[in-house]
Amino acid sequence: MLNIRDFAVSFRTRRGEVQAVRGISLDLSEGETLGIVGESGSGKSVTSYALMRILDAGGRIKAGSAVFDGRDLAQAAERDMQAIRGREISMIFQNPRAALNPIRKVGHQLEDVLRRHGRATRADARAKAIEALEAVRIRDAEARYDAYPFELSGGMCQRVVFAIALACGPRLLIADEPTTGLDITTQKAVMDLVRDLTRARGMSSILITHDLGLAAEYCDRLAVMKDGQIVETGPAAALFADPQHSYTRKLVDATPRAGAGLRDLLPLEARTPLADHVPGDRALVQVRDLVKTYPGKSGPVHAVKGISFTIREGQSVGLVGESGCGKSTTSSMLVRLLDRTSGDILFEGLDIADIPADRFVRDKRRSQIQMVFQDATDSLNPRHSARQTIADPILRMSDLRGTALQTRIEELATLCGLPLPLLDRFPHQLSGGQKARVGIARAIALDPKFLILDEPTAALDVSIQAVVLNLLADLRARLGMTYLFVSHDLNVVRLLCDHVIVMQGGEIVEQGPAAQVMDTPSHPYTRTLLAAAPKPPTTNTTTQAAKSAAE
Amino acid sequence: MTQATDIPGRKPDGAWAHLLHVLRENPVTMLSFGMFAFFLLQAFFGALIVPHDPLATNAANALQPPNWTHWFGTDSLGRDVFSRVVVATRLDLTISVLAVAISFVIGSVLGAIAGYWGGWIDAVLNRVLDTIMAFPLFVLAMGIVAALGNTVENIIYATALINIPFYARLVRAEVNIRREAGFALAARLSGNSHFRTLAFHIFPNALPPMMVQVSLNMGWAILNAAGLSFIGLGVRPPTPEWGIMVAEGANYIISGHWWVALFPGLWLMLAVFTFNLMGDGLRDIVDPRRRT
Repeated sequence: MLNIRDFAVSFRTRRGEVQAVRGISLDLSEGETLGIVGESGSGKSVTSYALMRILDAGGRIKAGSAVFDGRDLAQAAERDMQAIRGREISMIFQNPRAALNPIRKVGHQLEDVLRRHGRATRADARAKAIEALEAVRIRDAEARYDAYPFELSGGMCQRVVFAIALACGPRLLIADEPTTGLDITTQKAVMDLVRDLTRARGMSSILITHDLGLAAEYCDRLAVMKDGQIVETGPAAALFADPQHSYTRKLVDATPRAGAGLRDLLPLEARTPLADHVPGDRALVQVRDLVKTYPGKSGPVHAVKGISFTIREGQSVGLVGESGCGKSTTSSMLVRLLDRTSGDILFEGLDIADIPADRFVRDKRRSQIQMVFQDATDSLNPRHSARQTIADPILRMSDLRGTALQTRIEELATLCGLPLPLLDRFPHQLSGGQKARVGIARAIALDPKFLILDEPTAALDVSIQAVVLNLLADLRARLGMTYLFVSHDLNVVRLLCDHVIVMQGGEIVEQGPAAQVMDTPSHPYTRTLLAAAPKPPTTNTTTQAAKSAAE
Repeated sequence: MTQATDIPGRKPDGAWAHLLHVLRENPVTMLSFGMFAFFLLQAFFGALIVPHDPLATNAANALQPPNWTHWFGTDSLGRDVFSRVVVATRLDLTISVLAVAISFVIGSVLGAIAGYWGGWIDAVLNRVLDTIMAFPLFVLAMGIVAALGNTVENIIYATALINIPFYARLVRAEVNIRREAGFALAARLSGNSHFRTLAFHIFPNALPPMMVQVSLNMGWAILNAAGLSFIGLGVRPPTPEWGIMVAEGANYIISGHWWVALFPGLWLMLAVFTFNLMGDGLRDIVDPRRRT
């Protein structure tokens, strides 16, 4: 149905031509679901944009063909492409909110598409639009017809986008990271929906994702991309069981999965023994009946409803929950950026919740409680080089100056695995993993006792995530830090944490040792979360080890 | 996630190389910076290099059309128009640069405070700015100069005051969107006070759009100063100033002596044009993200 041959795409940039896709060949048959998996910069999204002929300025198809139903998409005239887009091939994008017009009702946006392609008339457009909304399992579609995108959740918006994509009965659906940024249970619901509907309509689909586990669960066949080339294709189970290419093996290894330890995520040669860390008995942080209530237009909003927990010295505690569960509010209060409404936060036995957040900056315990932020890009000042960023806390809260300061910065960079020549770069000149390292180096600059990690790997590629998680484990062992690891990803939490706290709607629904919560969850919500996580096929570690031994 | 630029050993561009790159990349920027340099030369050295004394009158030589001795002709008192146009550059640039500098500083401070702390400070500031902007700005400037007295300083203050709202609003918006940004929170965790966070972490990030505003404003400020002089407020004759010269020349256009008004008007137009073109280039220079 779609035959891609020696497809190449390049971009003109300030420093010459960059080849984003270097001659790939792929085949997709009727009714098949193909997963294109790769890390950022691998050219997977560029491939899909080039197929739809919606490349940015400066990008063009250099060579090759993409024959869809007898027509070569690489050569087709723009007029023909307009007919193909939407009617024959549809696409759904990463950020559903950005794909919808924010000032028009979603129902009207659906009607536009239906009427434009002659699928509905003025008279029956409304009924057809509601029908389309019902098809993507939107409950109470009549009412949702009149909703604006901002009134809908991210998962709802993605369903509307999906409904628009399906409106003209296309034969091929391209989904570019359709669930990145959605909660794990929403991800499952949306992906199940996409799978069921494409199957029911006999459509083919291409799922582009960085998540090997997700692709393995929903695709018939996977193509692994790296640096603009396809390094391996094959059925998901085979790819996991016996990866042929070294890059595929690296990706498979780096994907968090049941039964794998932290070091198992790294390539075989980097698996040094993990230093033990033994949590102490003394309580470092004690939270008692912590409450945060925001004044809202329609009455007070209870973000955190009286939670209590204890973090012992040297312990790594995972705080898990979906967006809006209050985990970020809790971590903001613990790190003293936000004042609590009531309750106590004891740090080394003394209450720090009484000191207003504005004044805590001058408290001597400021340097003891630090945080690594979720979005490494957002948390680095675009105008400061890596060196200036790491120097900032040292300059503000210690007396280190001159050569001693530079030595300390370089020591921290080395500790965090940041090559020293990169210290003078600005954030936009660093990769995602390097930015994460700068953020970690800044947070540990003053040897904090308590480090809050707010989804530090959420925006990273899996192979980088594997390295950063291991870095965090090493730092914990070397510096004796206590972690509060905030995350939505239970697989990641299982790897790093001794103790897990599960939050829902501002309350703690379950807490206990990591193994106990993960393996024998007592609360139904924990079970839902665990069930929603993509489960990569188990790797055959023995054959892998035998293979590498034979090499 | 942005692309990784992992070419070992390649150092990021320095400020000078970056400046050269910005100029080379955009011919319009190159042209505007060239013209800006042309005006700066006139402002610094104009008085030394002009062929005639801009104030020397010569009744016998009045209203001569452009010729080889008087390139731009002479005015009704026989003064050399070319010399007067060139010498006037210093005064006009001084007025606009100082006026823009004052409004930049005051506007930035007010806007940054309002944008960072919000609340009643923000509300009060916004209403005050609305009040200023509710007046026709040129009429407001006229009123201020008329009330305070007819001096160059008062033109500067008046021009500065009417431009403050533009800066304050821009800075307020730019600071406001970054108040809760990760790097601002991280700066607080690093032990920065609110003041330091605002001044050294958030405010510098507002500079790129500010530069566009500065350059547009320079053009307005020159027009404003010339406009005030044109209607007889501010700079007084016989001081060479583009606005006055256009006003004086306007009387003679009808009798066919077009050069008296045309050349100062042309210089005024070129100066405003230069500043309007410079905006994008200035922004690219102060934006570190443009350094690849």
